[in-house]
Amino acid sequence: MVKELNEQETGRYGKFGGQFVPETLMTALNELEIAYNEATKDPSFYKELQYYLKDYVGRENPLYFAERLTKKIGGAKIYLKREDLNHTGAHKINNALGQALLAIRMGKKKIVAETGAGQHGVATATVCALFDLECVVFMGKEDVKRQALNVFRMELLGAKVVSVDKGGGTLKDAVNEALRYWVTNVEDTHYILGSATGPHPFPRIVRDFQRIIGVETRKQILEKEGRLPDAIVACVGGGSNAIGMFHPFVNDELVKLYGVEAAGSGIQTGLHAAAFADLKEGVLHGAYMYLLQDDNGFIQEAHSISAGLDYPAVGPEHCYLHDIGRVKYSSVTDDEALEGLKLLSRTEGIIPALESSHAIYRAAEIAKKMKPEEILVINLSGRGDKDVETVRAAMGGEK
Amino acid sequence: MTVKPLQIAIEKKVNTGQKAFIPYIMAGDGGLKAIRKQILFLQDAGATAIEVGIPFTDPVADGPVIEEAGNRALKEGANLKVILAEIAAFKEEIQVPLIVMTYLNPILAYGIEKFVAKCEEVGITGLIIPDVPIEEAKLIQDKIKETSIALIQLVSLTSKEDRIQKIAEVAEGFIYAVTVNGITGVRSEFGKSLDEHIHALKEISTVPVIAGFGISTPEQVEEIGSLADGVIVGSAIVKAFHEGNEKFIRELIPKVKVTE
Repeated sequence: MVKELNEQETGRYGKFGGQFVPETLMTALNELEIAYNEATKDPSFYKELQYYLKDYVGRENPLYFAERLTKKIGGAKIYLKREDLNHTGAHKINNALGQALLAIRMGKKKIVAETGAGQHGVATATVCALFDLECVVFMGKEDVKRQALNVFRMELLGAKVVSVDKGGGTLKDAVNEALRYWVTNVEDTHYILGSATGPHPFPRIVRDFQRIIGVETRKQILEKEGRLPDAIVACVGGGSNAIGMFHPFVNDELVKLYGVEAAGSGIQTGLHAAAFADLKEGVLHGAYMYLLQDDNGFIQEAHSISAGLDYPAVGPEHCYLHDIGRVKYSSVTDDEALEGLKLLSRTEGIIPALESSHAIYRAAEIAKKMKPEEILVINLSGRGDKDVETVRAAMGGEK
Repeated sequence: MTVKPLQIAIEKKVNTGQKAFIPYIMAGDGGLKAIRKQILFLQDAGATAIEVGIPFTDPVADGPVIEEAGNRALKEGANLKVILAEIAAFKEEIQVPLIVMTYLNPILAYGIEKFVAKCEEVGITGLIIPDVPIEEAKLIQDKIKETSIALIQLVSLTSKEDRIQKIAEVAEGFIYAVTVNGITGVRSEFGKSLDEHIHALKEISTVPVIAGFGISTPEQVEEIGSLADGVIVGSAIVKAFHEGNEKFIRELIPKVKVTE
């Protein structure tokens, strides 16, 4: 059952996924699928991608044994997959780079993207500067405020950042505007979707470009420990870093996989971003997924201190992995994530992104219950520089 | 495939050398009570059919005019359920075919079967679901096969010929020819290839071809109306109702002229 995940050609992950988009986009999606299938069979495409991943992004990044954190927790040996050390500071560049090369292959010279935390926007603006592509990034008004530094970074890189004040002014609304822009400019523009969401073939393309996280982790842990880890923990918004980490391990049934959503102010308050807490199915942004909605099918705003997890749905492959029980999903509140951030900062001298801090908090709880000879890997999806202002405000001067 | 009542109504108009005029309203904009007022007004003004838009939180196929109208309607408490109930309350007064235009998620939340049953009860003759392309249409088609409700397919300027063939094969009611790349809303001009596009579409299609997206002025209604079997006007109607400019609508409808 799990095996069929590797054979996805139809854009369906069980009942999830699909292509729920306006007709105007169907030709572009079909073209993208054809171009991508061709690229996957072209060794020169991978050679070029490999070149940039190594010499530009700085891969492979380390799988780091967090010794002090391990001692402090007093359970399993904890390793960190250091996506935070990538150029631009997060895993997002893996996908942005791959899709930019794909866009060039398709002869498209203009790029549109959405961004929540700004990491995907920065990664996209970066590759657009690198390859001389025109770049427009849509970003929710609230996120523009929360991530002012990233807005400036994108502008420095030559991108046009458009603030979206519709809806709640967060990631969902930015995706809406990016889709509208794409529908209008579809003939010369490629949409670099940043998460493992959206219509087929995006969830598959994004996952494939992020798989390098898990592929490297697998190789590195075998080198260091001579065996696979017992548990892997990653944060889940739309789910790109998590699916990239999990996918190469999905068939290794002894490796427990844990996805961590944002519980915001707490699930019971209703102000959260945990689609797996509500388990309501529906369609948004082209895919059938679990998604936050009311009884009328109106999409609800997600809430999280972390802009990158502030999305009301989870990607279709995660929904499938949830339903077959392969990945265990839970959620962590804003306050707990802040604790996770402090924990890693103090024990290892690494300030993690607020998104990754969700994974750290949950991983610490899981590791504690594990034996010292067991191994747990945390996907440290991004660094926390961008969040320092938010964290300072949230801690209210507390040190 | 059996010919559905919506197609018959449009062909009746087209076969007499006239063009179909299908205005769009955002149900609940101006309050739930405005639904009856607007539908009866458009019926009286000579609409061939009326498209009833259901507001949605994330209307990605719509431009700013309809999105803002949708947000106003949401504030008035409009949703699929109450809108259908509102229409049911005066269905005896309705003589023109009604087409419901909604995104998929509100239908899923309602339950597809329950929704279809309610549409039949209310007398809805067609559905336009902009985020359901033919690849996903089975979901709805299977449930309306035995009903008198038509699932209307959209064809865009980007649809390639083999795709248009496939769409034409499953088309019922009419084909909605999207006249611009982009979202709904006011446009100052149309691409030169539109003429050819609509002609090619009419060659292939066995159902009437109605053009929409971006048609807002009397001149455009006249121009596009001369190419297709009729026009859909959305944003301009929504705007006119919002501004209390019903006079504009009365002037717009006679612009779809009799050919010859």
